[in-house]
Amino acid sequence: MVRTDVQLMLDVKAGDGTSFELLLQRYRTPLVNFLFRMVRNREQAEDLAQEVFLRVYRAREDYVPSAKFTTWLFRIATNLALNSVRDNRYQKLEVSIDAPVTVDAEDGDERPLDVPEKHPNIEQHLVEDARRKMIRHAIDKLPEKQRAAVLLHKYEELDYAEIAKILNCSESALKSLLFRAYEALRVELAPLVAQQAKH
Amino acid sequence: MSCERMESRILGYVDGRLKASERLEVEKHIANCAPCRLRVQEFSAVSGLLDELPVIEPSSEFDTRVHALVAAEPEPKMSWWAWLHVSPRVALVASLLLVMAVYVGYRSSPVQPLITNDDQAMMQDLPVLEDHDLLQNFEPLKELPPPVQADQANEEQPQQQM
Ligand SMILES: [Zn+2]
Repeated sequence: MVRTDVQLMLDVKAGDGTSFELLLQRYRTPLVNFLFRMVRNREQAEDLAQEVFLRVYRAREDYVPSAKFTTWLFRIATNLALNSVRDNRYQKLEVSIDAPVTVDAEDGDERPLDVPEKHPNIEQHLVEDARRKMIRHAIDKLPEKQRAAVLLHKYEELDYAEIAKILNCSESALKSLLFRAYEALRVELAPLVAQQAKH
Repeated sequence: MSCERMESRILGYVDGRLKASERLEVEKHIANCAPCRLRVQEFSAVSGLLDELPVIEPSSEFDTRVHALVAAEPEPKMSWWAWLHVSPRVALVASLLLVMAVYVGYRSSPVQPLITNDDQAMMQDLPVLEDHDLLQNFEPLKELPPPVQADQANEEQPQQQM
């Protein structure tokens, strides 16, 4: 039988290292992806995800299953990401005084393993690359709280109640946050949306 | 339903997260409202576009780094309140021993002191241990974000992975 996150966490609290390992295997990829999409830098995303696991480990002795495990986990991750995004902004401001920042310097990091085999046609590959760039750029342009809401809703598939707790807002505030985010994405991605809507 | 009310429903409708009654209300509304119908189409197009982003895998050193961080953490020391929460098995054995000691002591006079010199020495050391443990436990505690309070303690589901 698959043990739930809460059961695993309670075992970690009781001193069981293998349960921590299972939680690590279960959440490393979702966390790294969420953080990567939040901070747009792979190395930083991994550092932050490691920090999340460390904090989970440190908190084990005081862990009380008063909420879903994912709510707690992504709340830690979201807080770290939001702080980091704010710090980055100041750093980038400082950098831009001296030298122009190279555009999309981190984009090369995101490389699905199967793309070259799947698309022998190089033109098609370039088109897909451009599409992805556009989609990522549209997500990047969202204010960070909207971005976090979209990522948690779309990719982590958390429910409204969980996301509202993570972002510290009411469910109705979250719904309007998501609505505004999708409105912005719809406008930003208008050419692709028009294509997509035809099918 | 008004177009404003639709705002909080459209995304749920697109993602199939609405209750059946809410879904019917949305369907009734968009049957007669072209702008909302268009918005439903476009939101679902946006949702489809978001699906196009690939999932990245953590680097091969990721786990090793987490293991190293965790290994560098100090071992949990028995904290002062843990003395109050003895495990049931230990408590059972202790009380059985106590009952036996009292029984033996009762039957054989002269009465033996229940607390030996060693025990007394250990108990005198306790306050020192307490302070030490408190300090050991304090630093990690203040860094922790508190677990989120919720009213849904037991509804943990196995999480679906992307
Ligand atoms: Zn309408």
